[in-house]
Amino acid sequence: MHALVVEQLRKVYQSGFEALQGVDLTVEEGDFFALLGPNGAGKSTLIGVVTSLVNKTSGRVRVFGHDLDTEPEAVKACLGVVPQEFNFNLFLPVAEVVINQAGYFGIPRREAKQRAEFYLRKLDLWERRRSEMRLLSGGMKRRLMIARALVHRPKLLILDEPTAGVDIEIRRAMWDYLRQLNAEGTTIILTTHYLEEAESLCRSIAMIDHGRIAAVADTQALLAELDAEAFVLNLSAPLAVAPSLPGFDVARLDATTLEAQLHRGQTLNELFAALRATGIEVASMRNKQNRLEQLFLEMVDRGRSAPAQAA
Amino acid sequence: MSAYPGTDLRRGYRYWVTFSTLLQKEVLRFSRIWVQTILPSAITTMLYFVVFGRLIGDRIGSMDGFAYMDFIVPGLALMAVITNAYSNVVSSFYSSKFSRYVEELLVSPAPPWVILAGYVAGGVARGVTVGIVVMLVAMFFTDVAPHSWLITFSVFVLTAVLFALGGFINAVFANSFDDISIVPTFVLAPLTYLGGVFYSIELLPEFWQWVSLLNPVLYMVNAFRYGLLGTTDIPLVMAFLIIAVFIAVLGALSLRLLQRGVGIKQ
Ligand SMILES: Nc1ncnc2c1ncn2[C@@H]1O[C@H](COP(=O)(O)OP(=O)(O)O)[C@@H](O)[C@H]1O
Ligand SMILES: [Mg+2]
Repeated sequence: MHALVVEQLRKVYQSGFEALQGVDLTVEEGDFFALLGPNGAGKSTLIGVVTSLVNKTSGRVRVFGHDLDTEPEAVKACLGVVPQEFNFNLFLPVAEVVINQAGYFGIPRREAKQRAEFYLRKLDLWERRRSEMRLLSGGMKRRLMIARALVHRPKLLILDEPTAGVDIEIRRAMWDYLRQLNAEGTTIILTTHYLEEAESLCRSIAMIDHGRIAAVADTQALLAELDAEAFVLNLSAPLAVAPSLPGFDVARLDATTLEAQLHRGQTLNELFAALRATGIEVASMRNKQNRLEQLFLEMVDRGRSAPAQAA
Repeated sequence: MSAYPGTDLRRGYRYWVTFSTLLQKEVLRFSRIWVQTILPSAITTMLYFVVFGRLIGDRIGSMDGFAYMDFIVPGLALMAVITNAYSNVVSSFYSSKFSRYVEELLVSPAPPWVILAGYVAGGVARGVTVGIVVMLVAMFFTDVAPHSWLITFSVFVLTAVLFALGGFINAVFANSFDDISIVPTFVLAPLTYLGGVFYSIELLPEFWQWVSLLNPVLYMVNAFRYGLLGTTDIPLVMAFLIIAVFIAVLGALSLRLLQRGVGIKQ
């Protein structure tokens, strides 16, 4: 069963801007799916259309076999969504937000209260159930959005940058909980800027750019293919010319800075050893490219060159 | 394929739960801030009775055979119903749009008509509550007691429904908090003041009587006046018919706006 099938989806905003230019995407039931892409790629627009927050211009959306146009109620009953921006009534107490949402889904009050308690405890918000929303921290609000999205037990949970602005410790706890939900059978789609997040959580990755899906792949296979990683090295002492290190790709940026490419199979330790052998000491270093960016560029390149190869 | 949304009965029950959740939320909202929502109308009415009834009313004498103070009771009560039903929906729905928590409803399976019904019911609840408070104040200052309870109550509710719908439409088109006070000031107030709240339209020149007949508030005030005092400038059936037509038109428009997501969906 496909959890989500999107076909030829287009969205032209009132401004005339075409945010989705014919998106095709299939997500299998039980998958943990990442939607990666730079800011403005169209991730939130895509999620908005699927969750009925944005009207599509054309195309087709099906959720667990239900068509969004003909069976909107069935589609919505299957979906839970955690939007990118907070969308709360700030004057309500925390528990009421979750109870009301259950009510909107037609869950009777008594059961709504039980479920609200269950999910508020799960997300570590039960102690704050009587606080007004506006007194919660960003991380708490984020978690409350998750509790609110789960209260009707959706089969497909969609999270739009769920860990933005959440500190590391809470992020880990959130990840663990999402993994648990997925293991229990909930299909999950999330958008993120952090490759680490997609890497650690998701089985499949789709790249979206300029309103188009650039590539879809299996996470592990994809990461294994990442050819090279670039590092910028700051040296303890200035250098007149670029060192020549057999097997390594090193360029001199300025007197005290080098850029090195590590290919698959090469390690940082080997690089440092080779540098030290020529008398160069590294004071500090950083990843040059964000790996996500790099992965992205490679996938887009591959997407472009594929038809050319076929010709 | 699963048969969601299930049998009609189960679906009906779900809709009922959604509706009552919305209504309960609205009632809780306006009761929590009763000083802003219920008290002002009670105080305004008292001031009207003191100023127009006690101090000036005696000089005006009688209107349609009633003491002036008694004559204005229906209009004052109805004015309270109109303002409160309207402002409850306009401020509640506009806030949900402004802070985006209207999305909680958009992602839910509740169909637009259930959502609309929930908001309208919230406005009716506040309109009728305040209307009753004003009536109690009026009964304290005057000897007015309903001539027909059925008509009194049904006009209360129908008026509240009509103006709750008006408030909803206002909220859909509003882009700022200023926009939600423009209509009450420039449309509602003139309609009510010129709708025969303070006078019988028989006092007007023929041309202005005719113009007044275009004002929906006139029909409500007169139907309500009949309910309370047993007198009206307009035939009762005609009054109810016109109110029903206005409700049907505004209701259809509201539903259409909500279905298309005007003002709330990109
Ligand atoms: N309401 C809108 N009107 C016009 N353009 C919009 C609107 N919302 C988003 N966009 C544009 O659509 C593109 C995609 O936005 P979005 O889906 O939010 O991207 P992402 O979530 O991937 O960052 C962006 O260029 C954005 O500026
Ligand atoms: Mg986004």
